[in-house]
Amino acid sequence: MIFYVIRRLLAAIPTLLAVLTLVFVIVRIVPGDPAVAILGDRATPAAVAAMQHRLGLDRPLWAQYVTFMSHTLQGDFGTSMVTNRPILVDVAAVLPHTLILTIAAMIVGTVMGVPAGVFAALYRNRWIDVLVRMVSLLGLSFPVFVSGVFALLLFALHWPLFPVIGNANLADPLDVLDKLVLPATTLGIIMAAYITRVTRSSMLQVLSEDYMRTARAKGVPWRRVVWRHGLRNAGLPVVTVVGLYVGILIGNSVLTEIVFNRPGLGKIIVSALDQRDYTMLQGLMTVYCFLIVVVNLITDLTYGLIDPRVKQA
Amino acid sequence: MNPFLKRMASNPTTSVGVVLCIAIVLAAVLAPYISPFDPLDQHIIDKLKPPSSTYWLGTDTYGRDVLSRVLWGARISLVVSVASISGALLVGGAIGMVSCYIGGRADLYIMQVMDVLLSFPSLILGLIVVALLGPEMINLIFAIGLTAVAPFARIARAPVLSMKERAFVEAGRALGFSHIRVLFVHILPNILSEVLVMATLWMATAVRTEASLSFIGLGVKPPIATWGGMMRDGFDAILDAPWLSVFPGIAILLLVLGLNMVGDGLRDATDPKLAG
Amino acid sequence: MSEAILTVAGLTKHFTVVKGFPRPVKTVVKAVDGVDFTVAAGEAFGLVGESGCGKSTVARAAMRLIEPDGGSVHFAGQDVRAARPRALIALRRRMQIVFQDPYSSLNPRRTIGRTLMEPLEVHGMARGAEARSQAAALMEEVGLPPAALDRYPHEFSGGQRQRIGIARALALQPELIVADEPVSALDVSVQAQVLLLLKELQRRRGLAFVFVSHDLSVIRWFCARVAVMYLGRIVEQGPVAEVFSRPRHPYTVMLRDASPIPDPSRRGVLPRVVGEIPSAAAPPPGCHFHPRCNRATDICRTEYPRFRTEAGHGVACHHPHDAA
Repeated sequence: MIFYVIRRLLAAIPTLLAVLTLVFVIVRIVPGDPAVAILGDRATPAAVAAMQHRLGLDRPLWAQYVTFMSHTLQGDFGTSMVTNRPILVDVAAVLPHTLILTIAAMIVGTVMGVPAGVFAALYRNRWIDVLVRMVSLLGLSFPVFVSGVFALLLFALHWPLFPVIGNANLADPLDVLDKLVLPATTLGIIMAAYITRVTRSSMLQVLSEDYMRTARAKGVPWRRVVWRHGLRNAGLPVVTVVGLYVGILIGNSVLTEIVFNRPGLGKIIVSALDQRDYTMLQGLMTVYCFLIVVVNLITDLTYGLIDPRVKQA
Repeated sequence: MNPFLKRMASNPTTSVGVVLCIAIVLAAVLAPYISPFDPLDQHIIDKLKPPSSTYWLGTDTYGRDVLSRVLWGARISLVVSVASISGALLVGGAIGMVSCYIGGRADLYIMQVMDVLLSFPSLILGLIVVALLGPEMINLIFAIGLTAVAPFARIARAPVLSMKERAFVEAGRALGFSHIRVLFVHILPNILSEVLVMATLWMATAVRTEASLSFIGLGVKPPIATWGGMMRDGFDAILDAPWLSVFPGIAILLLVLGLNMVGDGLRDATDPKLAG
Repeated sequence: MSEAILTVAGLTKHFTVVKGFPRPVKTVVKAVDGVDFTVAAGEAFGLVGESGCGKSTVARAAMRLIEPDGGSVHFAGQDVRAARPRALIALRRRMQIVFQDPYSSLNPRRTIGRTLMEPLEVHGMARGAEARSQAAALMEEVGLPPAALDRYPHEFSGGQRQRIGIARALALQPELIVADEPVSALDVSVQAQVLLLLKELQRRRGLAFVFVSHDLSVIRWFCARVAVMYLGRIVEQGPVAEVFSRPRHPYTVMLRDASPIPDPSRRGVLPRVVGEIPSAAAPPPGCHFHPRCNRATDICRTEYPRFRTEAGHGVACHHPHDAA
């Protein structure tokens, strides 16, 4: 197992380098001049040149790349053009909010999705299955901001069950929870829908396996067979999906934060967009890269925990 | 009737999906003829009117008719999603097919790059690209297309991998056919149905991404009506005029739902496990 | 013996597999390891051996459908390995291949007509109505009605598909056909018909064949000369009648005994097959066959025997059976 962990950690390094390179490439290959984008179409050539110099865009491409990579790997993600503060300081201030939201949404998605999928598989083609399939199809068709706005209209404005503003005091768990329920549920819906579908199809496959019949034949109660033997074997594809959609969750958390007016990475991105804070955007993209690589690493390690075969491979 | 169409029609979900999609496409095409007002006309005295017999879905802060704007907004959603997914299908599909066909180390590296691209949240990727390019329709199409290139490369790869092993591909080479002919004349038609099914499902994602970017303020510039943009405007007035965000939200939901239903039905109908 | 059309010398093909962590192990599989043979114009040459011995790889490497790693291949005096893409296409026109699996060898989405006309059109030999009439003639030649041109592969049986595959191989009027286990995927009742068809074509068109098979009786019936392969190398080669009636290599003896001849006057002892074919990734040292050989001595365990030919019958063995 230790070997496996070390191997995964080592394998994450080239991935990280590749993702960072990708960020650099995307930022540079995008046609158009960031300096012009920042200053607007009517900027004088001198102003554009000055901005290019300030951003380091007048240097050769490889030199920009080397600087970007070495700074990033040393933990220097740059400073904001607008506030002149290091980007990491701003990020660190709001990261807990985004992480809490994402993790809560993940929990909501799993807690709703897995049982729904299992029940749908157990009662295949009965009304509960049809219902679950329809609801999950509806769930994954909701853009997060649409479900967010609808939830806000219903549960915060029409029936004021939850607060409208989501800026929680992190020291007060009850306050955090109160302001988390609505956004986390909204964000978790899509994930729940995907997990339901994957759990259902994976469980249907497992239910037809011989070892399920054997377990039942040797007298294990059916409920135990399903939840112990069945789910454990159906779990691998589910973990894959959870891992895959954490990335999507992180992306969608931007929208959730806007709708529920929560502090977080999403809010920073949007304000950076409004202020044309080019260095901030690049820094944030780098932050997202690190998050994605870490999430992928955790997913891989979870595989090892669930599936004993992976460790040896 | 063709057994494929029969299987599709026998599935009520698919039928509903097809009806939804056709209805929205018709709304988009016929918008100039069926919308009661010009989507940009500001009826100054009728600002923020709730739904009524004159303005079926109410009016917005500038007194523009919400129904007309919803109908016209369908055009942006459809054009952006169709164009971006077609582009991604062509580019990503070609990358996946060629890479898999070449095989070996090149394939390994290309697919690793695609996996890296794939692991990046598409909304963030699209957001950054549009932010850098500026919010124009063509840039939106480029950005959303870019986010779907990697998935299509992956999707196109799997069937090519199994086709490549078929003897008729080797026969083509023995007969002196060029690689391009083997790949595009012989392999492509055999994988097309699988790829098109996925294209439908990805179109749903593209509609969602376009609406999301517009909601953030990176969509096609106002005053042009887009569903995401209307929600953004409506969100600012959510306390006074909830209908401003509800109706475009429903429109987005219906289109995404319709595409997902069609895609699901197509997939079930083409799935060899369910065939026959 | 008439003029040689295909000459293969020292042909090798290695596959490399890298596996393992933290210390990756590189394994080289010598699928084909120094194979020499010659096929005369109009001659049927057989390649026989157990599955995995590399006989199909030899056939494909000779056509450069798989790129060989070493050795030389000459077709009608031209160097196949040195041929540039354009020249290679011209060469491939003269040597065609018939595949084992008739189900995957035809494109399921093209009519038989299009499948047969396409090579003619690509090589500029005929187009339109002319190509179609040639395709119809090909169908008749393989014993199928020309009316079937507008149908799709799934409407045909395995044997019929194999006939279509043969027709496609004939379309470019080749001089040599590589037949890779052409009948082993077919029902026994259909095998004979397809073999008869191939024999008839060989006679009528003067075709040379490289006939790959694991089935000794098929080779015995179809071929004039045969090479027996074991783990990537040819261990015995010669006229079919000689090789199978007076085999010299112990492996050939074993193969022959495992393939009974339906003739009571030649009743023999029960086949004595010893052991399994070893992995080509780790062939035994010395003579590859020694672990399964009842004649093996110390030299067999250390030294690979040289290939010696006497009167057209060659063998690679330290202790061959008597020559006559």
